[in-house]
Amino acid sequence: MKLIVTDRTGNIHELDARDDWSAMEVIRDANLPLSAECGGACACATCHVYIDGAWSEKLPPAAQQEIDMLDFGLAVQDNSRLSCQIKMAPELDGLSVTLAPESL
Amino acid sequence: MTEKVAAPGGFHKTDVVIIGAGPIGLFAVFELGLLDLKAHLIDILDRPGGQCTELYPEKPIYDIPGLVEVTGQGLTDRLMDQIKPFQATLHVGQMAESLEKAGDGWRITTDAGTQIEARVVVIAAGGGSFTPKKPPIPGIESYENTSVFYAVRKMDRFSDKIVVIAGGGDSALDWALNLQPIAKRLVLVHHRDGFRAAPDSVNKMRALVAEGKMEFHVASIKSLRGAEGQLQGLALNNKERGDYEIPGEMLLPFFGLTMKLGPVANFGINLHENLIPVDTSKFESNVPGLFAIGDINTYPGKLKLILSGFHEGALMAQQAFRYCRPDEKLRFQYTTSSSSLQKKLGVA
Repeated sequence: MKLIVTDRTGNIHELDARDDWSAMEVIRDANLPLSAECGGACACATCHVYIDGAWSEKLPPAAQQEIDMLDFGLAVQDNSRLSCQIKMAPELDGLSVTLAPESL
Repeated sequence: MTEKVAAPGGFHKTDVVIIGAGPIGLFAVFELGLLDLKAHLIDILDRPGGQCTELYPEKPIYDIPGLVEVTGQGLTDRLMDQIKPFQATLHVGQMAESLEKAGDGWRITTDAGTQIEARVVVIAAGGGSFTPKKPPIPGIESYENTSVFYAVRKMDRFSDKIVVIAGGGDSALDWALNLQPIAKRLVLVHHRDGFRAAPDSVNKMRALVAEGKMEFHVASIKSLRGAEGQLQGLALNNKERGDYEIPGEMLLPFFGLTMKLGPVANFGINLHENLIPVDTSKFESNVPGLFAIGDINTYPGKLKLILSGFHEGALMAQQAFRYCRPDEKLRFQYTTSSSSLQKKLGVA
Protein backbone atom coordinates (compact mmCIF):
# COMPACT_ATOMS: atom_id res chain seq x y z
CA MET A 1 0.00 0.00 0.00
CA LYS A 2 1.08 3.59 -0.55
CA LEU A 3 1.41 6.61 1.67
CA ILE A 4 1.74 9.87 -0.26
CA VAL A 5 3.70 12.53 1.60
CA THR A 6 4.19 16.16 0.60
CA ASP A 7 7.26 17.54 2.37
CA ARG A 8 7.75 21.11 3.53
CA THR A 9 9.30 22.18 0.24
CA GLY A 10 6.31 20.87 -1.72
CA ASN A 11 7.99 17.71 -3.06
CA ILE A 12 5.72 14.69 -3.21
CA HIS A 13 6.98 11.28 -2.07
CA GLU A 14 5.18 8.05 -2.78
CA LEU A 15 6.15 5.72 0.06
CA ASP A 16 5.58 2.01 0.44
CA ALA A 17 3.61 1.66 3.65
CA ARG A 18 3.25 -1.50 5.69
CA ASP A 19 0.13 -2.76 7.34
CA ASP A 20 0.08 -1.94 11.07
CA TRP A 21 2.94 0.56 10.88
CA SER A 22 2.05 4.08 11.94
CA ALA A 23 2.21 6.76 9.25
CA MET A 24 4.96 8.36 11.39
CA GLU A 25 7.06 5.19 11.19
CA VAL A 26 6.64 4.99 7.43
CA ILE A 27 7.64 8.64 7.01
CA ARG A 28 10.68 8.29 9.29
CA ASP A 29 11.73 5.05 7.62
CA ALA A 30 11.91 7.00 4.36
CA ASN A 31 14.20 9.54 6.10
CA LEU A 32 11.80 12.41 5.53
CA PRO A 33 12.24 15.24 8.04
CA LEU A 34 9.75 14.46 10.78
CA SER A 35 11.24 14.74 14.25
CA ALA A 36 8.64 12.63 16.13
CA GLU A 37 10.60 13.33 19.29
CA CYS A 38 8.72 11.11 21.71
CA GLY A 39 8.96 8.11 19.39
CA GLY A 40 5.25 7.50 18.99
CA ALA A 41 3.95 7.93 22.55
CA CYS A 42 1.49 10.70 21.62
CA ALA A 43 3.46 12.95 23.94
CA CYS A 44 5.10 15.71 21.88
CA ALA A 45 3.11 16.73 18.75
CA THR A 46 6.26 16.84 16.60
CA CYS A 47 4.90 14.29 14.09
CA HIS A 48 2.10 16.67 13.11
CA VAL A 49 0.73 16.31 9.55
CA TYR A 50 -2.19 17.68 7.57
CA ILE A 51 -4.50 15.12 6.01
CA ASP A 52 -5.10 15.90 2.35
CA GLY A 53 -8.50 16.18 0.70
CA ALA A 54 -11.25 13.78 1.63
CA TRP A 55 -8.95 11.42 3.53
CA SER A 56 -9.79 13.21 6.81
CA GLU A 57 -13.24 11.64 6.85
CA LYS A 58 -11.93 8.19 6.00
CA LEU A 59 -9.55 8.03 8.96
CA PRO A 60 -10.68 6.71 12.31
CA PRO A 61 -11.38 9.78 14.48
CA ALA A 62 -8.65 11.06 16.80
CA ALA A 63 -8.76 9.83 20.40
CA GLN A 64 -9.06 12.46 23.13
CA GLN A 65 -5.37 12.06 23.97
CA GLU A 66 -4.41 12.97 20.40
CA ILE A 67 -6.84 15.91 20.34
CA ASP A 68 -5.32 17.20 23.58
CA MET A 69 -1.76 16.66 22.38
CA LEU A 70 -2.51 18.71 19.26
CA ASP A 71 -2.76 21.70 21.63
CA PHE A 72 1.05 21.57 21.47
CA GLY A 73 1.03 21.39 17.67
CA LEU A 74 2.06 24.42 15.63
CA ALA A 75 -0.20 25.90 12.94
CA VAL A 76 -2.94 23.40 13.75
CA GLN A 77 -5.83 23.20 11.28
CA ASP A 78 -9.07 21.23 11.09
CA ASN A 79 -7.24 18.53 9.09
CA SER A 80 -4.37 18.23 11.58
CA ARG A 81 -3.44 14.81 12.96
CA LEU A 82 -0.49 13.26 14.74
CA SER A 83 0.99 10.76 12.32
CA CYS A 84 2.10 8.43 15.13
CA GLN A 85 -1.58 7.82 15.86
CA ILE A 86 -2.51 6.85 12.28
CA LYS A 87 -2.17 3.12 11.79
CA MET A 88 -1.71 2.08 8.17
CA ALA A 89 -4.24 -0.47 6.89
CA PRO A 90 -5.42 -1.64 3.44
CA GLU A 91 -8.35 0.80 3.47
CA LEU A 92 -5.82 3.65 3.84
CA ASP A 93 -3.89 2.65 0.70
CA GLY A 94 -3.06 5.92 -1.05
CA LEU A 95 -3.49 8.09 2.06
CA SER A 96 -2.10 11.53 1.34
CA VAL A 97 -0.60 13.80 4.00
CA THR A 98 1.46 16.99 4.15
CA LEU A 99 4.16 17.58 6.77
CA ALA A 100 3.14 20.49 9.02
CA PRO A 101 5.66 23.26 9.74
CA GLU A 102 8.26 22.71 12.44
CA SER A 103 9.27 24.98 15.28
CA LEU A 104 11.46 27.87 14.06
CA MET B 1 15.39 15.56 46.13
CA THR B 2 18.23 13.53 47.56
CA GLU B 3 20.99 14.97 45.41
CA LYS B 4 22.87 18.17 46.01
CA VAL B 5 21.34 20.96 43.94
CA ALA B 6 23.84 23.75 43.41
CA ALA B 7 22.89 27.41 43.38
CA PRO B 8 23.48 28.96 39.96
CA GLY B 9 26.58 31.01 39.38
CA GLY B 10 29.18 29.21 41.46
CA PHE B 11 32.57 27.77 40.55
CA HIS B 12 33.17 24.03 40.94
CA LYS B 13 35.91 21.52 40.29
CA THR B 14 35.18 17.86 39.82
CA ASP B 15 36.26 14.77 37.90
CA VAL B 16 33.46 14.53 35.36
CA VAL B 17 30.76 16.90 34.12
CA ILE B 18 27.74 15.23 32.58
CA ILE B 19 25.56 17.34 30.29
CA GLY B 20 22.04 15.98 30.55
CA ALA B 21 20.36 14.46 33.61
CA GLY B 22 18.19 11.97 31.75
CA PRO B 23 18.34 8.27 32.59
CA ILE B 24 21.68 7.80 30.83
CA GLY B 25 23.36 10.75 32.54
CA LEU B 26 22.01 9.57 35.89
CA PHE B 27 23.24 6.01 35.51
CA ALA B 28 26.63 7.31 34.36
CA VAL B 29 26.94 8.83 37.86
CA PHE B 30 26.64 5.29 39.22
CA GLU B 31 29.27 3.77 36.94
CA LEU B 32 31.65 6.66 37.59
CA GLY B 33 30.95 6.47 41.30
CA LEU B 34 31.98 2.82 41.49
CA LEU B 35 35.36 4.00 40.22
CA ASP B 36 35.48 6.81 42.81
CA LEU B 37 34.97 9.49 40.19
CA LYS B 38 32.89 12.48 41.26
CA ALA B 39 30.32 13.91 38.88
CA HIS B 40 28.29 17.06 38.34
CA LEU B 41 25.15 16.99 36.18
CA ILE B 42 23.82 19.93 34.17
CA ASP B 43 20.29 19.98 32.77
CA ILE B 44 18.19 22.66 31.15
CA LEU B 45 15.04 21.26 32.76
CA ASP B 46 14.35 22.07 36.39
CA ARG B 47 14.41 18.43 37.49
CA PRO B 48 16.22 15.24 36.54
CA GLY B 49 14.79 12.64 34.16
CA GLY B 50 15.06 14.25 30.73
CA GLN B 51 12.58 12.91 28.19
CA CYS B 52 11.35 10.35 30.73
CA THR B 53 9.93 13.03 33.00
CA GLU B 54 9.31 15.76 30.44
CA LEU B 55 7.57 13.72 27.73
CA TYR B 56 6.18 10.59 29.31
CA PRO B 57 6.28 10.67 33.14
CA GLU B 58 3.13 8.54 33.38
CA LYS B 59 3.70 6.25 30.41
CA PRO B 60 4.94 2.72 30.98
CA ILE B 61 8.32 1.49 29.71
CA TYR B 62 8.59 -2.29 29.26
CA ASP B 63 12.15 -2.80 28.03
CA ILE B 64 14.29 -1.94 31.01
CA PRO B 65 16.04 -5.20 31.94
CA GLY B 66 14.69 -6.56 35.20
CA LEU B 67 11.80 -4.11 35.43
CA VAL B 68 8.70 -5.61 33.89
CA GLU B 69 6.97 -2.24 33.78
CA VAL B 70 8.06 1.19 34.97
CA THR B 71 6.89 4.71 34.14
CA GLY B 72 9.24 7.45 32.98
CA GLN B 73 8.95 9.09 36.40
CA GLY B 74 9.30 5.74 38.17
CA LEU B 75 12.53 4.94 36.34
CA THR B 76 13.91 8.39 37.15
CA ASP B 77 13.03 7.99 40.83
CA ARG B 78 14.72 4.59 40.96
CA LEU B 79 17.86 5.90 39.27
CA MET B 80 17.98 8.84 41.69
CA ASP B 81 17.79 6.32 44.55
CA GLN B 82 20.47 4.17 42.97
CA ILE B 83 22.97 7.02 42.57
CA LYS B 84 22.26 8.57 45.96
CA PRO B 85 25.46 7.17 47.57
CA PHE B 86 27.59 9.06 45.07
CA GLN B 87 26.27 12.54 45.93
CA ALA B 88 26.43 14.00 42.45
CA THR B 89 25.84 17.73 42.26
CA LEU B 90 22.91 18.82 40.12
CA HIS B 91 22.84 22.06 38.18
CA VAL B 92 19.24 22.17 37.00
CA GLY B 93 17.43 24.79 34.96
CA GLN B 94 20.74 25.64 33.30
CA MET B 95 22.03 25.15 29.80
CA ALA B 96 25.65 24.18 29.19
CA GLU B 97 26.59 27.11 27.03
CA SER B 98 30.30 27.01 26.35
CA LEU B 99 33.20 24.62 26.62
CA GLU B 100 36.85 25.55 26.67
CA LYS B 101 40.14 23.89 27.49
CA ALA B 102 41.35 24.41 31.05
CA GLY B 103 44.71 22.80 31.78
CA ASP B 104 44.45 19.05 31.17
CA GLY B 105 40.68 19.22 31.19
CA TRP B 106 37.75 21.45 30.45
CA ARG B 107 35.79 24.39 31.76
CA ILE B 108 32.06 24.45 31.15
CA THR B 109 30.04 27.61 31.61
CA THR B 110 26.26 27.57 31.85
CA ASP B 111 23.79 30.24 30.81
CA ALA B 112 23.33 30.96 34.54
CA GLY B 113 27.02 31.75 34.90
CA THR B 114 27.97 28.53 36.71
CA GLN B 115 31.51 27.39 35.92
CA ILE B 116 32.66 23.82 36.35
CA GLU B 117 36.15 22.53 35.69
CA ALA B 118 36.58 18.82 35.09
CA ARG B 119 39.05 16.44 33.49
CA VAL B 120 36.31 14.74 31.49
CA VAL B 121 33.06 15.94 29.90
CA VAL B 122 30.27 13.50 29.06
CA ILE B 123 27.50 14.61 26.74
CA ALA B 124 24.34 12.70 27.56
CA ALA B 125 22.02 15.27 26.07
CA GLY B 126 19.58 12.91 24.32
CA GLY B 127 17.78 14.74 21.54
CA GLY B 128 19.27 18.04 22.68
CA SER B 129 18.09 20.80 25.00
CA PHE B 130 14.40 21.16 25.64
CA THR B 131 13.49 24.63 24.40
CA PRO B 132 10.10 26.27 23.78
CA LYS B 133 8.54 25.60 20.39
CA LYS B 134 8.42 28.70 18.23
CA PRO B 135 5.35 28.95 16.02
CA PRO B 136 6.09 29.54 12.33
CA ILE B 137 4.42 32.95 12.15
CA PRO B 138 6.13 35.11 9.50
CA GLY B 139 8.46 37.69 11.01
CA ILE B 140 7.98 36.54 14.63
CA GLU B 141 11.75 36.60 15.26
CA SER B 142 11.91 40.37 14.84
CA TYR B 143 9.65 40.74 17.88
CA GLU B 144 11.40 38.20 20.13
CA ASN B 145 12.54 39.56 23.51
CA THR B 146 10.78 42.87 22.93
CA SER B 147 7.17 41.86 22.34
CA VAL B 148 7.29 38.07 21.91
CA PHE B 149 8.38 35.88 24.84
CA TYR B 150 8.38 32.11 25.27
CA ALA B 151 8.60 32.27 29.04
CA VAL B 152 7.67 34.78 31.72
CA ARG B 153 10.69 35.87 33.71
CA LYS B 154 9.58 39.31 34.90
CA MET B 155 5.84 39.70 35.30
CA ASP B 156 5.97 43.49 35.50
CA ARG B 157 7.03 43.61 31.85
CA PHE B 158 3.42 42.72 31.04
CA SER B 159 1.80 45.30 33.33
CA ASP B 160 -0.73 47.50 31.62
CA LYS B 161 -0.11 45.87 28.23
CA ILE B 162 -2.44 44.11 25.84
CA VAL B 163 -1.15 40.59 26.35
CA VAL B 164 -1.99 37.84 23.87
CA ILE B 165 -1.38 34.26 24.96
CA ALA B 166 -1.41 31.50 22.35
CA GLY B 167 -1.96 27.85 23.26
CA GLY B 168 -4.19 25.57 25.29
CA GLY B 169 -1.92 23.71 27.69
CA ASP B 170 -1.20 24.36 31.35
CA SER B 171 1.43 27.06 30.71
CA ALA B 172 -0.96 28.98 28.46
CA LEU B 173 -3.83 28.81 30.94
CA ASP B 174 -1.71 29.37 34.06
CA TRP B 175 -0.10 32.49 32.63
CA ALA B 176 -3.40 33.75 31.26
CA LEU B 177 -4.77 33.57 34.81
CA ASN B 178 -1.62 35.00 36.42
CA LEU B 179 -1.20 37.92 34.05
CA GLN B 180 -4.88 38.82 33.68
CA PRO B 181 -4.96 40.96 36.87
CA ILE B 182 -1.99 43.11 35.80
CA ALA B 183 -2.48 43.28 32.03
CA LYS B 184 -4.44 46.07 30.39
CA ARG B 185 -6.25 43.33 28.55
CA LEU B 186 -5.62 39.60 28.42
CA VAL B 187 -6.43 37.79 25.19
CA LEU B 188 -6.23 34.01 24.83
CA VAL B 189 -6.01 32.55 21.31
CA HIS B 190 -6.37 28.81 20.77
CA HIS B 191 -7.24 26.71 17.75
CA ARG B 192 -10.19 25.00 19.45
CA ASP B 193 -12.70 25.57 22.21
CA GLY B 194 -11.13 22.84 24.31
CA PHE B 195 -7.96 22.62 26.35
CA ARG B 196 -5.51 20.01 27.50
CA ALA B 197 -4.86 22.22 30.56
CA ALA B 198 -6.13 21.31 34.04
CA PRO B 199 -9.95 21.58 34.20
CA ASP B 200 -9.76 23.90 37.20
CA SER B 201 -7.71 26.46 35.24
CA VAL B 202 -10.07 26.14 32.28
CA ASN B 203 -13.07 26.83 34.53
CA LYS B 204 -11.40 29.93 35.98
CA MET B 205 -10.55 31.14 32.49
CA ARG B 206 -14.12 30.64 31.28
CA ALA B 207 -15.47 32.53 34.27
CA LEU B 208 -13.21 35.50 33.52
CA VAL B 209 -14.28 35.42 29.87
CA ALA B 210 -17.95 35.35 30.92
CA GLU B 211 -17.35 38.40 33.16
CA GLY B 212 -15.72 40.24 30.28
CA LYS B 213 -12.36 40.31 32.08
CA MET B 214 -10.60 38.11 29.55
CA GLU B 215 -11.00 37.71 25.81
CA PHE B 216 -10.92 34.31 24.12
CA HIS B 217 -10.60 33.67 20.39
CA VAL B 218 -10.92 30.27 18.74
CA ALA B 219 -8.60 31.17 15.89
CA SER B 220 -5.15 30.81 14.45
CA ILE B 221 -2.54 33.56 14.33
CA LYS B 222 -1.63 34.31 10.73
CA SER B 223 0.68 37.30 10.99
CA LEU B 224 1.93 40.07 13.24
CA ARG B 225 1.84 43.81 12.74
CA GLY B 226 4.16 46.29 14.39
CA ALA B 227 7.34 48.25 14.01
CA GLU B 228 10.87 48.09 15.44
CA GLY B 229 10.16 45.07 17.56
CA GLN B 230 7.04 46.61 19.09
CA LEU B 231 3.96 44.52 18.41
CA GLN B 232 0.76 46.42 17.67
CA GLY B 233 -1.68 43.88 16.29
CA LEU B 234 -2.21 40.28 15.27
CA ALA B 235 -4.01 38.98 12.20
CA LEU B 236 -6.25 36.07 13.18
CA ASN B 237 -8.38 33.71 11.15
CA ASN B 238 -11.27 31.46 11.96
CA LYS B 239 -14.23 29.96 10.15
CA GLU B 240 -16.87 32.36 11.45
CA ARG B 241 -15.04 35.61 10.89
CA GLY B 242 -12.46 34.76 8.24
CA ASP B 243 -9.48 37.10 8.53
CA TYR B 244 -9.59 39.77 11.23
CA GLU B 245 -7.21 41.77 13.34
CA ILE B 246 -6.97 42.27 17.07
CA PRO B 247 -4.76 44.72 18.96
CA GLY B 248 -1.88 43.18 20.91
CA GLU B 249 1.35 44.51 22.44
CA MET B 250 2.80 41.33 23.89
CA LEU B 251 2.60 37.77 22.60
CA LEU B 252 3.34 34.69 24.66
CA PRO B 253 3.20 31.48 22.58
CA PHE B 254 3.00 28.34 24.76
CA PHE B 255 3.18 25.20 22.61
CA GLY B 256 5.33 22.99 24.78
CA LEU B 257 8.97 22.13 24.30
CA THR B 258 11.05 20.72 21.50
CA MET B 259 14.60 19.37 21.47
CA LYS B 260 17.36 21.41 19.84
CA LEU B 261 21.01 20.44 19.83
CA GLY B 262 21.90 23.96 21.00
CA PRO B 263 25.39 25.08 22.05
CA VAL B 264 26.81 21.53 21.96
CA ALA B 265 27.03 22.11 18.20
CA ASN B 266 29.71 24.72 18.92
CA PHE B 267 31.85 22.59 21.24
CA GLY B 268 34.24 21.70 18.42
CA ILE B 269 33.20 18.04 18.26
CA ASN B 270 32.66 16.21 14.97
CA LEU B 271 28.94 15.85 14.28
CA HIS B 272 27.09 13.64 11.85
CA GLU B 273 23.49 14.73 11.25
CA ASN B 274 23.43 16.41 14.68
CA LEU B 275 24.73 13.26 16.40
CA ILE B 276 28.17 12.70 17.87
CA PRO B 277 30.10 9.82 16.29
CA VAL B 278 31.91 7.79 18.94
CA ASP B 279 34.39 4.96 19.24
CA THR B 280 32.41 2.06 20.69
CA SER B 281 35.23 0.77 22.86
CA LYS B 282 34.93 3.84 25.10
CA PHE B 283 32.17 6.08 23.69
CA GLU B 284 34.60 8.93 23.24
CA SER B 285 34.14 11.56 20.52
CA ASN B 286 36.90 12.65 18.16
CA VAL B 287 38.09 15.00 20.92
CA PRO B 288 39.99 13.15 23.68
CA GLY B 289 38.27 13.57 27.03
CA LEU B 290 34.89 14.42 25.50
CA PHE B 291 32.45 11.51 25.56
CA ALA B 292 28.92 11.05 24.23
CA ILE B 293 26.45 8.47 25.54
CA GLY B 294 22.77 7.81 24.96
CA ASP B 295 20.58 9.11 22.13
CA ILE B 296 23.03 11.87 21.19
CA ASN B 297 25.75 9.55 19.90
CA THR B 298 25.97 7.48 16.75
CA TYR B 299 27.97 4.42 15.72
CA PRO B 300 27.38 1.40 13.49
CA GLY B 301 24.45 -0.56 14.92
CA LYS B 302 23.32 2.21 17.27
CA LEU B 303 19.91 1.70 18.83
CA LYS B 304 18.26 4.58 20.67
CA LEU B 305 17.33 2.52 23.69
CA ILE B 306 17.78 3.37 27.36
CA LEU B 307 19.45 0.00 27.92
CA SER B 308 22.08 0.77 25.26
CA GLY B 309 22.85 4.05 26.99
CA PHE B 310 23.47 2.25 30.29
CA HIS B 311 26.08 0.05 28.61
CA GLU B 312 27.66 3.06 26.95
CA GLY B 313 27.98 4.78 30.33
CA ALA B 314 29.76 1.80 31.84
CA LEU B 315 32.40 1.74 29.12
CA MET B 316 32.78 5.50 29.19
CA ALA B 317 33.50 5.33 32.94
CA GLN B 318 36.44 2.98 32.39
CA GLN B 319 38.12 5.40 30.02
CA ALA B 320 37.19 8.42 32.18
CA PHE B 321 39.06 6.72 35.04
CA ARG B 322 42.22 6.51 32.92
CA TYR B 323 42.06 10.27 32.31
CA CYS B 324 41.16 11.24 35.86
CA ARG B 325 43.48 8.81 37.69
CA PRO B 326 46.38 8.28 35.29
CA ASP B 327 48.65 6.95 38.05
CA GLU B 328 46.18 4.45 39.44
CA LYS B 329 45.51 0.94 38.27
CA LEU B 330 41.93 0.31 37.17
CA ARG B 331 40.48 -2.56 39.16
CA PHE B 332 37.46 -4.24 37.64
CA GLN B 333 35.13 -5.48 40.35
CA TYR B 334 31.59 -6.77 40.81
CA THR B 335 29.15 -5.17 43.22
CA THR B 336 28.06 -8.66 44.27
CA SER B 337 31.45 -9.65 45.65
CA SER B 338 33.53 -6.53 46.23
CA SER B 339 33.40 -5.24 49.78
CA SER B 340 35.01 -1.98 48.67
CA LEU B 341 32.24 -1.37 46.13
CA GLN B 342 29.66 -2.29 48.73
CA LYS B 343 31.19 0.24 51.10
CA LYS B 344 30.83 2.93 48.43
CA LEU B 345 27.21 1.93 47.99
CA GLY B 346 26.67 2.14 51.73
CA VAL B 347 25.54 -1.49 52.01
CA ALA B 348 28.63 -3.11 53.50
